[in-house]
Amino acid sequence: MTANSTALAPASLFVGDVTLKGLEDDIYRPLESFPTTRWWLAISFTGALASIFALCAGITVTQGIGTWGNNNPVGWGWAIVNFVFWVGIGHAGTLISAILFLFRQRWRTGIARFAEAMTVFAVICAMQFPLFHTGRPWLAMFWLIPYPNDQGIYQNFRSPLEWDVFAVSTYGLVSLMFWYTGLIPDLATARDRAKHQFRKFVYGVLSLGWKGSNRAWSHYEKAYLLFAGLSTPLVLSVHSIVSFDFAVSVIPGWHTTIFPPYFVAGAIFSGFAMVATLIIILRKMFHLQHLITDNHLELMNKIIIATSLMVGYAYAMEFFMAWYSGVAYERYVFLNRALGPYAWAYWTMAICNVLAPQLLWFKKIRRTALLMYPVVLLVNVGMWFERFVIVVTSLHRDFLPSSWDYYKPTLVDIGLFVGSIGIFLTLMLLFCRFLPTIAATELKVVLAESRSEGGHRE
Amino acid sequence: MSRPTENTVGMVGLFDDPDALIRAAERVRDEGFTRWDCHTPFPVHGLDRAMGLKSSPVPTLALAAGFVGLLTAVALTGGLNVIDYPIRIAGKPIFSWQAFVPIYFELFVLFAALTLMASLFLFCGLGRWHSPLHDSDIMKHVTGHRFAIVLEATDRCYSEQNVRALLEETGCRDVRPLVEFEEEDSGIL
Repeated sequence: MTANSTALAPASLFVGDVTLKGLEDDIYRPLESFPTTRWWLAISFTGALASIFALCAGITVTQGIGTWGNNNPVGWGWAIVNFVFWVGIGHAGTLISAILFLFRQRWRTGIARFAEAMTVFAVICAMQFPLFHTGRPWLAMFWLIPYPNDQGIYQNFRSPLEWDVFAVSTYGLVSLMFWYTGLIPDLATARDRAKHQFRKFVYGVLSLGWKGSNRAWSHYEKAYLLFAGLSTPLVLSVHSIVSFDFAVSVIPGWHTTIFPPYFVAGAIFSGFAMVATLIIILRKMFHLQHLITDNHLELMNKIIIATSLMVGYAYAMEFFMAWYSGVAYERYVFLNRALGPYAWAYWTMAICNVLAPQLLWFKKIRRTALLMYPVVLLVNVGMWFERFVIVVTSLHRDFLPSSWDYYKPTLVDIGLFVGSIGIFLTLMLLFCRFLPTIAATELKVVLAESRSEGGHRE
Repeated sequence: MSRPTENTVGMVGLFDDPDALIRAAERVRDEGFTRWDCHTPFPVHGLDRAMGLKSSPVPTLALAAGFVGLLTAVALTGGLNVIDYPIRIAGKPIFSWQAFVPIYFELFVLFAALTLMASLFLFCGLGRWHSPLHDSDIMKHVTGHRFAIVLEATDRCYSEQNVRALLEETGCRDVRPLVEFEEEDSGIL
């Protein structure tokens, strides 16, 4: 790192006078105090939502996937929409933790841990949908993973759906390991701060006996850098492969080469919106405004507007290519998308994803949590609708007009989606309460460097 | 329960400033100590060099594992979809490696990442919970905001007076013996 970047960056990362001791106390306070009434209320609510998932999953398993709304011609309904939505949410976490790490963006430190946790939980939610759509999830392992068997029947590795199995499971595992590696030194701090014997034991086991030894740090830093290096192409590959589910097929509206970059940009867009949505509540709830500052929000908003423009460009380019291709089916799908029976969904998407984020050009809005909050909420909604539009409008009027239909989800569909939000938020709340939400160790480095004038040794 | 016995297994010098730690580490390295370590709340730049550490073999291992993953993927996809049960799809060649690239890539990353995690256990001593540092409250300082240098008594350069003098010379104002508590065999089993 150059002396220049250390001199410039840390100034904006903290508000007021932050000391090493104070920093640690602030980060570990939620772990070391009894949960507040607000937290209990919140987790009761999200727990109730999560139990809706259990209920609807139970209905799906006992009565079959006929309880879902998908049928000919819309063979892929909310399940795949939700799957792509959740995988996308996860992408911001990896972007923040890996790509911004490689680019030495010091501001990532404050929000990286939180975003990584979000990635892991979002992937957990995403996996539920392909798993339950198999009808018998307890057998899914045999259908999805190649295992030695006597029948001699194996998966088709040319299928994007099988690529998905490898991509998403690798992504989930690598994100989990990357996240946990980052947590180890912070868990060791939690262990050594612990007053209660039980707490000391639990964090002691979780921190795997970490001693902060420099012989360990020297390997650890290399491994962390390599995790970042592996995660960077991985995150780009995952949503590309998810987009292949559509792009490799021959359905008009899906069969386009723009899909991989378009999906990746959309994933980062929706992921950042979700990070912003949750972290604004987190910093308010745990009084961390001096560590997750308005500067952090502004930087995230800049990424949101950049990716919003990319997504907007992709929307426009899809229409252009449909016209330019001269293919009647392709043209019809896109006209139908904007003007057909699902026009309401299309324009919801366009307004939420392209128009609303334009407000972020104003510095005042970017830097004020209350003003930017509606925008990021709309982006979350819009990005769900984007996947809905792609999936449903391309299918509901297929090549044979006699089989055209209007797709509607059932209560079970809705319950599964709402329930998955419940699972996600419950996991987030547990995370905020039991694990350090800010990478204390990394923040100490930033703080130490900003205080020792040069910051640069060797 | 029998009374635990105390063994002095080394000497600890605690510093408040990473720069002082680096200077001390350079001294200890030059004195020829081999069984010693620095313990810090966060990675300190320049300390690897001050301790004379060799560069980590982790990247090489991860890369090698990545290629093992790649070969596994080639064997898996080719072996199952080409040799064992050839499926011809859309008139494409039976061995169309392009269709398997996503699997190749994912298994490269997966194997490399699993190796990274395993090498952390191997090289950083993760999963070894017992250490006199935990028993003797030294870790409280280290994971907080102080920096420690630990010299083990088993080192051939080690003698109590020497080490204490050495640490004090480098400006350390908090030198403590490192004590290990050992439960005596109660003789029941």
